[in-house]
Amino acid sequence: MIRRAPRGLAEHAPILFPALMLVVFFVIPFSLMIAVSVFRRVPGGFYEPDLVFANYERFLTAFFGGVMSFSLGLAALVAVLSVGIAFPFTYRLVKLPRGAQIRWLVFLLSILSLSEVIIGFAWSTLLSRTAGITNLFVALGLMAEPQSLSPSFGALLAGLVYQAFPYTVLVLYPALARLDPYLEEAARTLGSSPLRAFFTVVVPGLRNTIVATTIMVFVFALGSYLLPQLLGRPQHWTLSVLITDQAIYQSNMPFAAAMAVFLVLVSLALVGLALLAGRREETA
Amino acid sequence: MNETTGKQGLHAALAGGISRRAVLAGAGTLATAAAIGFPNIVRAQSKTLKVGVYGGYFKESFEKHIFPEFSKATGITVEAIAEPTGEAWLVQLEQAARARQAPADVSMMSQVAMLKGASAELWAPFDLSKIPNAAKVVPHLVNKYPDGKVSGIGAVSWYITLVTNTKSYPQAPDSWAALWDPANKDKLGLLALVSNSFLLEVTAATFFGGTKHLDSEQGQLDCFKKLAELKSNVKLWYRDEAQFEASLKSGEIPMGQYYHDVTGLAAADGQPVRSTFPKEGGILDSGSWAVTRASKAGDLAHVFVDYMCQPSIQALLSRKVGTAPTIDRKLTDLTDQEFAAVSSDIAPIIPRYDLYTSKSDWLNQKWTEMIVG
Repeated sequence: MIRRAPRGLAEHAPILFPALMLVVFFVIPFSLMIAVSVFRRVPGGFYEPDLVFANYERFLTAFFGGVMSFSLGLAALVAVLSVGIAFPFTYRLVKLPRGAQIRWLVFLLSILSLSEVIIGFAWSTLLSRTAGITNLFVALGLMAEPQSLSPSFGALLAGLVYQAFPYTVLVLYPALARLDPYLEEAARTLGSSPLRAFFTVVVPGLRNTIVATTIMVFVFALGSYLLPQLLGRPQHWTLSVLITDQAIYQSNMPFAAAMAVFLVLVSLALVGLALLAGRREETA
Repeated sequence: MNETTGKQGLHAALAGGISRRAVLAGAGTLATAAAIGFPNIVRAQSKTLKVGVYGGYFKESFEKHIFPEFSKATGITVEAIAEPTGEAWLVQLEQAARARQAPADVSMMSQVAMLKGASAELWAPFDLSKIPNAAKVVPHLVNKYPDGKVSGIGAVSWYITLVTNTKSYPQAPDSWAALWDPANKDKLGLLALVSNSFLLEVTAATFFGGTKHLDSEQGQLDCFKKLAELKSNVKLWYRDEAQFEASLKSGEIPMGQYYHDVTGLAAADGQPVRSTFPKEGGILDSGSWAVTRASKAGDLAHVFVDYMCQPSIQALLSRKVGTAPTIDRKLTDLTDQEFAAVSSDIAPIIPRYDLYTSKSDWLNQKWTEMIVG
């Protein structure tokens, strides 16, 4: 196969369609959002075109700073946990016979078809006092009386990791399936334990995949606004929840847009930093 | 929707016999039949009115019980449009009106949305001389522009009351003060937004002698401070009604604020829930009919609103949709039992809608900081 840079319009054509989609569905909406974020809010009404930064000023307070750091921290934790669980899982999965692999993948895909609402309600029922899992513990004699485990930070974390897990596995699967099994076998022949081979050969070998997947899950978790309402207490509401409140319930589009722009910029910056750190390690 | 069908079935059975409207309907059908011979005339005369009502249970009930009757009586076809709750619909109407479009001609709007729309002059004024029945509507449910023109007319009212699970609370609480009782730690479900929970008003009415206390900023801060004391009792601040309703029925969250009508329907269906009008009063909220300025069906809208204000229709709404009448109860033929199912004689807490336009951003910020912080 000859690899060279495409020349002329005809060879560039295949990229035109995705580029067009990117412009239509990302660049234009995001530009509109930036425009609205500097519009002037009319209290008790709507907004008027203007160039003011009051919406950003309102955001730059300790209160929103706290909510923002919580949202970022939560998304990071969800990303690390999801990849931490999904990586060993997928590693085992690719070693199963083909039939079993397909059954697992179909099962994971079917979880993907569940909406956030269903996942939220299912977890809140599962963790409830009246119908939840603690009733089982009581029946088994492990607990004295049923307890309510939701809403709480743990419940929220469980819900978010559950939701992100199938995505994580499906992203890791191709890379792990392609990993040359001889690498590990070589490590084993040279005397390392399976655990040691996993951590010194498999994990470093797929470091870029792991970083990319973690970033993907991080961004995915950052946008979650329904589960924090269903499974978390108010102190666990993410910035996305407050953005929804402003846009839908307070009809304050400029402020909602300003918060959203800020969230996008901060997450882009973090993703950029993570990639930069990854590259530097590689060259070092 | 099991709890609704039971009640509706009962009322359908009660509402038998041939009514005056059925006869009118017959006449209407004749007129339509005559017109079918002349397709061009039908097209010229086709009278369709787009009416926006809250999607879900409300829209279903209106389409099943109210709109067909209206079409029979007037020959005007209704196209029901599902409105989202919150203020999203207001934003859509306003954006559409800027482009001279009307996604719905008449919409049922919440009071806060009415005021916000009025400040943008979104609503076409009503001509009351074309709506004789509007005179029956309780005066505070007629919305007016500052110059006195009528922007909206009360469509339906509903109460938000103190609700409890009867298994967890054999004795019904009699005051909103129960929300502050330390014994109810981690047991409450309350609405999550300042502009739909109306808890500032409840606090003012329960501890500061009435909602007038909210006139001053100091009064508002007093209420926020008092409200902050009940935070540890709250298990769930809900935006989504279904979420609280399920938890109330199961006893997971055995107390809170909720809609009187829906709670009544659930209780009638055998669920262990009850709705209580506290001695300070239930919260009386309401929706108004309003016409967007972009609508070209203003005349039909007047006919529609007049029809909806009739005592017989207000009674029908109470029986079938579970809302409280917007006209004096004595004008309707509702029995005591039917009235009690949708309302109460205890003076209600009327929300301070004015605050949610004049100080909405400040109140919202304080509120969010109070419950999140």
